Amino acid sequence: MENKKAIVTGGNRGIGKGIVLSLLEQGYFVLATSRDSTKFDVTHPNLKLANLDVCDHASVADFQKIVNDYDPDILINNAGVTKDNLFLRMTEDDWDEVIDTNLNSVFRMTKLVVKGMLKKKWGRIINISSISGSMGNPGQTNYSASKAGVDAFSRSLAKELGSRNITVNSIAPGFIQTDMTDGLIHEEITKKIPLQRVGNVEDIASLVNFLVSEESNYITGQTLVVDGGLFMK
Amino acid sequence: MSEVLDKVVEIVCNQLTVNKEDVTPDSSFVEDLGADSLDTVELVMAFEEEFGLEIPDDEAENITTIKSAVDWIEKNS
Repeated sequence: MENKKAIVTGGNRGIGKGIVLSLLEQGYFVLATSRDSTKFDVTHPNLKLANLDVCDHASVADFQKIVNDYDPDILINNAGVTKDNLFLRMTEDDWDEVIDTNLNSVFRMTKLVVKGMLKKKWGRIINISSISGSMGNPGQTNYSASKAGVDAFSRSLAKELGSRNITVNSIAPGFIQTDMTDGLIHEEITKKIPLQRVGNVEDIASLVNFLVSEESNYITGQTLVVDGGLFMK
Repeated sequence: MSEVLDKVVEIVCNQLTVNKEDVTPDSSFVEDLGADSLDTVELVMAFEEEFGLEIPDDEAENITTIKSAVDWIEKNS
Protein backbone atom coordinates (compact mmCIF):
# COMPACT_ATOMS: atom_id res chain seq x y z
CA MET A 1 0.00 0.00 0.00
CA GLU A 2 1.56 3.27 -1.09
CA ASN A 3 0.23 5.26 1.87
CA LYS A 4 -3.11 6.33 0.57
CA LYS A 5 -4.89 9.41 1.91
CA ALA A 6 -8.30 9.41 3.54
CA ILE A 7 -10.72 12.12 4.61
CA VAL A 8 -13.00 11.21 7.52
CA THR A 9 -15.84 13.59 8.42
CA GLY A 10 -16.94 13.77 12.03
CA GLY A 11 -13.63 12.17 12.93
CA ASN A 12 -13.33 13.57 16.42
CA ARG A 13 -15.50 11.11 18.34
CA GLY A 14 -17.58 7.97 18.24
CA ILE A 15 -17.33 5.72 15.20
CA GLY A 16 -15.46 8.42 13.23
CA LYS A 17 -12.68 8.58 15.79
CA GLY A 18 -12.42 4.81 15.81
CA ILE A 19 -12.04 4.85 12.03
CA VAL A 20 -9.39 7.59 12.16
CA LEU A 21 -7.30 5.74 14.74
CA SER A 22 -7.54 2.47 12.91
CA LEU A 23 -6.60 3.96 9.50
CA LEU A 24 -3.59 5.67 11.09
CA GLU A 25 -2.56 2.37 12.62
CA GLN A 26 -2.76 0.77 9.16
CA GLY A 27 -0.38 3.40 7.77
CA TYR A 28 -2.85 5.65 5.96
CA PHE A 29 -2.67 9.44 5.95
CA VAL A 30 -5.82 10.87 7.45
CA LEU A 31 -7.48 14.26 7.29
CA ALA A 32 -10.10 14.28 10.04
CA THR A 33 -12.78 16.94 10.03
CA SER A 34 -15.10 18.10 12.76
CA ARG A 35 -17.00 21.23 13.68
CA ASP A 36 -14.39 22.04 16.33
CA SER A 37 -11.08 20.33 15.73
CA THR A 38 -9.54 21.85 18.89
CA LYS A 39 -11.49 19.16 20.75
CA PHE A 40 -9.55 16.46 18.96
CA ASP A 41 -7.31 14.76 21.51
CA VAL A 42 -5.18 12.63 19.18
CA THR A 43 -1.89 13.62 17.57
CA HIS A 44 -0.08 11.58 14.97
CA PRO A 45 2.46 12.49 12.26
CA ASN A 46 0.08 11.24 9.53
CA LEU A 47 -2.96 13.01 10.95
CA LYS A 48 -4.23 16.42 9.83
CA LEU A 49 -7.23 18.16 11.33
CA ALA A 50 -9.65 20.59 9.78
CA ASN A 51 -12.68 22.52 10.98
CA LEU A 52 -15.66 21.73 8.84
CA ASP A 53 -19.39 22.03 9.32
CA VAL A 54 -20.81 19.70 6.67
CA CYS A 55 -24.12 21.61 6.80
CA ASP A 56 -22.57 24.98 6.11
CA HIS A 57 -22.36 25.57 2.36
CA ALA A 58 -19.66 28.23 2.75
CA SER A 59 -17.59 26.00 5.04
CA VAL A 60 -17.81 23.13 2.54
CA ALA A 61 -16.98 25.41 -0.42
CA ASP A 62 -13.87 26.68 1.42
CA PHE A 63 -12.90 23.10 2.10
CA GLN A 64 -12.57 22.37 -1.65
CA LYS A 65 -9.15 24.02 -1.71
CA ILE A 66 -7.93 21.89 1.19
CA VAL A 67 -9.29 18.79 -0.55
CA ASN A 68 -7.53 19.69 -3.81
CA ASP A 69 -4.21 20.14 -2.00
CA TYR A 70 -4.67 16.96 -0.01
CA ASP A 71 -5.74 14.93 -3.07
CA PRO A 72 -7.54 12.13 -1.19
CA ASP A 73 -7.94 8.54 -2.40
CA ILE A 74 -10.61 7.74 0.16
CA LEU A 75 -13.62 9.57 1.57
CA ILE A 76 -15.44 8.34 4.66
CA ASN A 77 -18.72 10.21 5.07
CA ASN A 78 -19.23 9.61 8.76
CA ALA A 79 -20.57 12.89 10.21
CA GLY A 80 -24.12 12.38 11.42
CA VAL A 81 -26.63 13.35 14.08
CA THR A 82 -29.85 12.08 15.63
CA LYS A 83 -32.85 14.16 16.68
CA ASP A 84 -35.16 11.39 17.80
CA ASN A 85 -38.80 11.95 18.55
CA LEU A 86 -42.09 10.22 17.89
CA PHE A 87 -43.30 11.28 14.48
CA LEU A 88 -46.30 13.11 15.94
CA ARG A 89 -44.00 15.23 18.07
CA MET A 90 -41.23 15.70 15.52
CA THR A 91 -40.81 19.24 14.27
CA GLU A 92 -39.91 20.09 10.72
CA ASP A 93 -36.67 21.60 12.03
CA ASP A 94 -35.72 18.24 13.57
CA TRP A 95 -36.48 16.60 10.24
CA ASP A 96 -34.50 19.13 8.21
CA GLU A 97 -31.46 19.12 10.48
CA VAL A 98 -31.08 15.35 10.33
CA ILE A 99 -31.66 15.10 6.57
CA ASP A 100 -29.21 17.92 5.96
CA THR A 101 -26.45 16.62 8.23
CA ASN A 102 -26.76 12.95 7.33
CA LEU A 103 -27.84 12.97 3.67
CA ASN A 104 -27.30 16.34 2.00
CA SER A 105 -23.79 16.53 3.44
CA VAL A 106 -22.93 13.26 1.69
CA PHE A 107 -23.84 14.91 -1.61
CA ARG A 108 -21.77 17.99 -0.79
CA MET A 109 -18.69 16.15 0.46
CA THR A 110 -18.66 13.56 -2.31
CA LYS A 111 -18.79 16.36 -4.91
CA LEU A 112 -15.48 17.64 -3.52
CA VAL A 113 -13.56 14.42 -4.10
CA VAL A 114 -14.92 12.68 -7.19
CA LYS A 115 -13.05 14.68 -9.84
CA GLY A 116 -9.73 13.87 -8.19
CA MET A 117 -10.64 10.18 -7.97
CA LEU A 118 -11.63 10.14 -11.66
CA LYS A 119 -8.16 11.42 -12.54
CA LYS A 120 -6.50 8.71 -10.48
CA LYS A 121 -8.90 6.09 -11.76
CA TRP A 122 -9.02 4.81 -8.20
CA GLY A 123 -11.18 5.75 -5.28
CA ARG A 124 -13.07 4.53 -2.26
CA ILE A 125 -16.17 6.25 -0.93
CA ILE A 126 -17.62 4.80 2.24
CA ASN A 127 -20.80 6.16 3.75
CA ILE A 128 -21.60 5.38 7.35
CA SER A 129 -25.29 4.50 7.37
CA SER A 130 -27.33 2.62 9.97
CA ILE A 131 -29.49 -0.49 10.22
CA SER A 132 -32.22 2.00 11.08
CA GLY A 133 -32.24 2.88 7.37
CA SER A 134 -33.14 -0.71 6.43
CA MET A 135 -35.26 -1.96 9.32
CA GLY A 136 -36.86 1.24 10.61
CA ASN A 137 -36.87 2.35 14.22
CA PRO A 138 -39.57 4.14 16.21
CA GLY A 139 -38.62 7.72 16.96
CA GLN A 140 -36.27 7.84 13.99
CA THR A 141 -38.40 8.66 10.95
CA ASN A 142 -35.94 11.44 10.11
CA TYR A 143 -32.79 9.46 10.86
CA SER A 144 -33.89 6.26 9.12
CA ALA A 145 -35.05 8.20 6.04
CA SER A 146 -31.66 9.94 5.87
CA LYS A 147 -29.77 6.65 6.14
CA ALA A 148 -31.95 4.86 3.57
CA GLY A 149 -31.19 7.82 1.32
CA VAL A 150 -27.48 7.36 1.89
CA ASP A 151 -27.71 3.67 0.98
CA ALA A 152 -29.56 4.48 -2.25
CA PHE A 153 -27.07 7.23 -3.05
CA SER A 154 -24.25 4.70 -2.67
CA ARG A 155 -25.88 2.29 -5.10
CA SER A 156 -26.50 4.87 -7.84
CA LEU A 157 -23.08 6.47 -7.53
CA ALA A 158 -21.46 3.03 -7.53
CA LYS A 159 -23.08 2.39 -10.91
CA GLU A 160 -21.91 5.76 -12.26
CA LEU A 161 -18.31 5.38 -11.15
CA GLY A 162 -17.71 1.64 -11.40
CA SER A 163 -16.04 1.88 -14.80
CA ARG A 164 -13.40 4.17 -13.28
CA ASN A 165 -12.42 1.82 -10.50
CA ILE A 166 -14.08 3.91 -7.81
CA THR A 167 -16.16 1.90 -5.37
CA VAL A 168 -18.96 3.29 -3.23
CA ASN A 169 -20.36 1.37 -0.28
CA SER A 170 -22.41 1.96 2.84
CA ILE A 171 -21.73 0.48 6.23
CA ALA A 172 -24.81 0.02 8.40
CA PRO A 173 -23.89 -0.32 12.06
CA GLY A 174 -26.34 -1.68 14.60
CA PHE A 175 -26.05 -0.67 18.24
CA ILE A 176 -22.51 0.58 18.72
CA GLN A 177 -21.35 1.93 22.08
CA THR A 178 -20.84 5.69 21.47
CA ASP A 179 -22.13 9.00 22.82
CA MET A 180 -24.91 8.83 20.23
CA THR A 181 -26.33 5.59 21.58
CA ASP A 182 -25.60 6.23 25.26
CA GLY A 183 -29.22 6.61 26.28
CA LEU A 184 -30.47 3.84 24.01
CA ILE A 185 -28.51 0.81 25.04
CA HIS A 186 -29.97 -1.39 27.73
CA GLU A 187 -30.22 -5.06 28.60
CA GLU A 188 -33.39 -5.69 26.60
CA ILE A 189 -31.64 -4.69 23.39
CA THR A 190 -28.61 -6.87 24.10
CA LYS A 191 -30.92 -9.87 24.48
CA LYS A 192 -32.21 -9.36 20.94
CA ILE A 193 -28.73 -9.38 19.44
CA PRO A 194 -27.64 -12.91 18.40
CA LEU A 195 -24.03 -12.16 19.34
CA GLN A 196 -25.27 -11.02 22.80
CA ARG A 197 -23.40 -7.73 23.00
CA VAL A 198 -23.53 -4.23 21.64
CA GLY A 199 -20.83 -3.37 19.13
CA ASN A 200 -17.79 -1.18 19.62
CA VAL A 201 -16.21 1.29 17.21
CA GLU A 202 -13.48 -1.20 16.34
CA ASP A 203 -16.12 -3.54 14.91
CA ILE A 204 -16.93 -0.84 12.36
CA ALA A 205 -13.34 0.32 11.84
CA SER A 206 -12.20 -3.18 10.89
CA LEU A 207 -14.74 -3.29 8.05
CA VAL A 208 -13.59 0.16 6.93
CA ASN A 209 -10.01 -1.14 6.83
CA PHE A 210 -11.13 -3.92 4.54
CA LEU A 211 -13.27 -1.72 2.28
CA VAL A 212 -10.52 0.86 1.71
CA SER A 213 -7.98 -1.83 0.87
CA GLU A 214 -7.29 -3.59 -2.44
CA GLU A 215 -8.83 -6.71 -0.87
CA SER A 216 -12.30 -5.27 -1.48
CA ASN A 217 -11.73 -4.47 -5.19
CA TYR A 218 -14.84 -6.33 -6.36
CA ILE A 219 -17.34 -4.95 -3.84
CA THR A 220 -19.39 -1.88 -4.72
CA GLY A 221 -22.86 -0.45 -4.24
CA GLN A 222 -23.46 -2.52 -1.12
CA THR A 223 -24.84 -1.78 2.30
CA LEU A 224 -22.79 -3.92 4.67
CA VAL A 225 -24.45 -4.55 8.00
CA VAL A 226 -22.37 -4.77 11.18
CA ASP A 227 -24.83 -5.36 14.00
CA GLY A 228 -24.12 -8.67 15.72
CA GLY A 229 -26.99 -10.24 13.76
CA LEU A 230 -29.73 -7.92 15.05
CA PHE A 231 -31.19 -7.25 11.61
CA MET A 232 -31.26 -10.06 9.09
CA LYS A 233 -32.88 -9.70 5.68
CA MET B 1 -4.68 23.09 -38.18
CA SER B 2 -4.94 25.45 -35.23
CA GLU B 3 -2.99 24.81 -32.08
CA VAL B 4 -6.19 24.45 -30.06
CA LEU B 5 -7.56 21.90 -32.51
CA ASP B 6 -4.32 19.92 -32.30
CA LYS B 7 -4.48 19.79 -28.52
CA VAL B 8 -8.19 18.97 -28.41
CA VAL B 9 -7.67 16.10 -30.83
CA GLU B 10 -4.76 14.84 -28.76
CA ILE B 11 -6.77 14.95 -25.52
CA VAL B 12 -9.74 13.21 -27.14
CA CYS B 13 -7.53 10.49 -28.64
CA ASN B 14 -5.90 9.85 -25.27
CA GLN B 15 -9.11 9.87 -23.29
CA LEU B 16 -11.16 7.72 -25.67
CA THR B 17 -8.28 5.60 -26.99
CA VAL B 18 -9.02 6.36 -30.63
CA ASN B 19 -6.65 7.01 -33.54
CA LYS B 20 -5.99 10.50 -34.84
CA GLU B 21 -6.94 9.38 -38.35
CA ASP B 22 -10.44 8.50 -37.17
CA VAL B 23 -11.11 11.98 -35.78
CA THR B 24 -12.52 14.89 -37.80
CA PRO B 25 -13.73 18.31 -36.58
CA ASP B 26 -17.30 17.06 -36.85
CA SER B 27 -16.70 13.88 -34.87
CA SER B 28 -19.18 13.53 -32.05
CA PHE B 29 -17.62 12.19 -28.85
CA VAL B 30 -20.54 9.91 -28.12
CA GLU B 31 -21.88 8.96 -31.54
CA ASP B 32 -18.65 8.67 -33.52
CA LEU B 33 -15.91 8.08 -30.97
CA GLY B 34 -17.65 5.77 -28.52
CA ALA B 35 -17.61 8.00 -25.43
CA ASP B 36 -19.97 7.24 -22.56
CA SER B 37 -21.54 10.02 -20.51
CA LEU B 38 -18.77 9.94 -17.91
CA ASP B 39 -16.16 10.19 -20.68
CA THR B 40 -17.71 13.47 -21.80
CA VAL B 41 -17.44 14.84 -18.26
CA GLU B 42 -13.82 13.72 -18.09
CA LEU B 43 -13.09 15.28 -21.48
CA VAL B 44 -14.35 18.62 -20.22
CA MET B 45 -12.19 18.23 -17.11
CA ALA B 46 -9.18 17.52 -19.33
CA PHE B 47 -9.90 20.59 -21.51
CA GLU B 48 -10.20 22.73 -18.39
CA GLU B 49 -6.85 21.51 -17.14
CA GLU B 50 -5.02 21.80 -20.46
CA PHE B 51 -6.27 25.28 -21.29
CA GLY B 52 -6.56 26.65 -17.75
CA LEU B 53 -10.25 27.41 -18.15
CA GLU B 54 -13.39 26.78 -16.17
CA ILE B 55 -16.21 25.54 -18.35
CA PRO B 56 -19.61 26.08 -16.67
CA ASP B 57 -21.76 22.94 -16.46
CA ASP B 58 -24.59 24.32 -18.62
CA GLU B 59 -22.14 25.18 -21.39
CA ALA B 60 -20.17 21.95 -20.98
CA GLU B 61 -23.32 20.07 -21.98
CA ASN B 62 -23.14 21.63 -25.44
CA ILE B 63 -19.56 20.55 -26.01
CA THR B 64 -20.27 17.33 -27.84
CA THR B 65 -17.97 17.44 -30.87
CA ILE B 66 -14.35 18.31 -31.60
CA LYS B 67 -15.49 21.50 -33.32
CA SER B 68 -17.74 22.65 -30.49
CA ALA B 69 -14.88 22.13 -28.02
CA VAL B 70 -12.42 24.08 -30.16
CA ASP B 71 -14.92 26.90 -30.73
CA TRP B 72 -15.70 27.25 -27.02
CA ILE B 73 -12.04 27.22 -26.04
CA GLU B 74 -11.03 29.74 -28.70
CA LYS B 75 -13.88 32.06 -27.76
CA ASN B 76 -13.08 31.92 -24.03
CA SER B 77 -9.31 31.96 -23.83
